[in-house]
Amino acid sequence: MIQIDKYKCDFCGTCVSVCPHDAIELSETTLEIDPVTCTECMNCVKACPLHVLSEEPVHAE
Amino acid sequence: MQNKYDVIVVGAGPAGSTAARVAAQKGCSVLMLEKDREVGMPVRCGEAVGEKGIKKVLNLQDRWIANKIDAVRLIAPNGDVVNVAHNEIGYVLHRKIFDYDLAMMAADAGVHVVTKAYVYGLVIEDGVVKGVKVKHLGKEYTLHAKIVIGADGVESRVGRWAGLKTHVRMKDIESCAQVTVGNISVDRRYCDFYFSDDIAPGGYLWVFPKGPNAANIGLGIAGHKVNSKAAIDYLNEFIDKKFPNAAKLITVAGGVPCAPYMDNIFASGLMLVGDAAHQANPISGGGIIQAILAAEIAGEEAAAAIKESDVSEKRLAQYEKRWFEKGGQNHIRAYRLKEVAYKLTDEDLNKTAEKINKVRPEKRTIISIFKVALFNHPKYIPDILKVFMPAKGSSS
Ligand SMILES: Cc1cc2nc3c(=O)[nH]c(=O)nc-3n(C[C@H](O)[C@H](O)[C@H](O)COP(=O)(O)OP(=O)(O)OC[C@H]3O[C@@H](n4cnc5c(N)ncnc54)[C@H](O)[C@@H]3O)c2cc1C
Ligand code: SF4
Ligand code: SF4
Repeated sequence: MIQIDKYKCDFCGTCVSVCPHDAIELSETTLEIDPVTCTECMNCVKACPLHVLSEEPVHAE
Repeated sequence: MQNKYDVIVVGAGPAGSTAARVAAQKGCSVLMLEKDREVGMPVRCGEAVGEKGIKKVLNLQDRWIANKIDAVRLIAPNGDVVNVAHNEIGYVLHRKIFDYDLAMMAADAGVHVVTKAYVYGLVIEDGVVKGVKVKHLGKEYTLHAKIVIGADGVESRVGRWAGLKTHVRMKDIESCAQVTVGNISVDRRYCDFYFSDDIAPGGYLWVFPKGPNAANIGLGIAGHKVNSKAAIDYLNEFIDKKFPNAAKLITVAGGVPCAPYMDNIFASGLMLVGDAAHQANPISGGGIIQAILAAEIAGEEAAAAIKESDVSEKRLAQYEKRWFEKGGQNHIRAYRLKEVAYKLTDEDLNKTAEKINKVRPEKRTIISIFKVALFNHPKYIPDILKVFMPAKGSSS
């Protein structure tokens, strides 16, 4: 799962542009990644200018 | 908002406002939808344009200009400064005002403009784009159009929804961060470009003065060169070192497609313009003028196609054909140049700066610099020859 730090995001769309699977939805002030279409290719994580995204395993609570 | 228009434009940047205005001036009913609350904001841009370019596309207004630039300085990794001839005068704009005015010009031509209108999908019937789906103030609408123009910037999805592959490859995205700073001292006559793997790998850092004490300072790094450091880290390091007392009034992130010439910028009932069509210059990352140039053609072709009642893929291919004639050759050459530039090491760049400083200043144009630079590195000659080979015709 790609984690989004919503307090860091500037909603600039750079991540959207490099997603090969169109898994990212960006509006004026929201960013969401569809976990079904996302293949965790890491493009968005690397392209983000602000370290907003990270790949973290989902822990079972 | 009516539920039917001749043309619906998605995005109110320079590309969208221009395409919308031109289509309206040619007699179309036009709606322009912008997801943000305000046209022109936030400004994700260094705001620099060449004088020749801007005057070719618009009647330049004083209120758009923050600062006039006389020359460009290139700073090599070792700190050597190369002054480029005073041949291309430029401006640093106030894009907040510029973009707003372009949208106002569209409105004056009869375009309906709606902000806080987020387009989340297309209406497609029998393979033909027939409109958009939009969320506006809590409500969802389906709006119809004969032609949809996707001017939705680097984050464009409009083309993808119609089946066009428009995502940007990692080596072709410049991941950018920029601050607009005050409380610094700069020579406002110069735009400075810093090249070095330590400062901005696979890109460059810019200092574009907006006045004697203020500037846009930003950088782009190539997507495939990103390691543990992101663009913002590189930028903060530079500012802390060079302008420790800078007041950061604005901080923005952004991306520029610095990609190969894209020819799949149309489909039945659809055209893409500006960053959405990867039209920014792939070596400089400048995209304002290109967006406006292409959007003028798109607006004209949209109106003509609608008049002829033919919005087929074949008819709209005319837009790409005309854009190729206007900007395609240049784009292809710039992309090849970028590929060579990527290969230059910091050491190559230092040597180049030294060589160029022996050329008389008035002879130092950007192109001549590249020639001097590259021909002094024999290992790159095959790549350089490719740069100057004629580009192939448009594929359509
Ligand atoms: C950091 C940085 C510095 C730059 N510096 C320069 C420079 O100095 N000189 C230069 O010439 N160029 C520069 N550029 C490039 C330039 O900013 C772009 O090429 C230019 O803005 C492209 O115009 P556009 O109209 O295509 O896209 P944009 O200006 O990005 O406009 C796209 C619009 O579409 C809207 N939109 C997107 N998706 C939707 C949706 N689904 N629904 C509704 N609206 C939507 C967006 O909100 C936006 O307003 C820079 C870019 C960056 C990132
Ligand atoms: S690239 Fe980073 S800052 Fe920009 S929208 Fe994506 S997550 Fe947010
Ligand atoms: S990890 Fe890859 S597939 Fe998943 S959202 Fe990011 S870019 Fe898209």
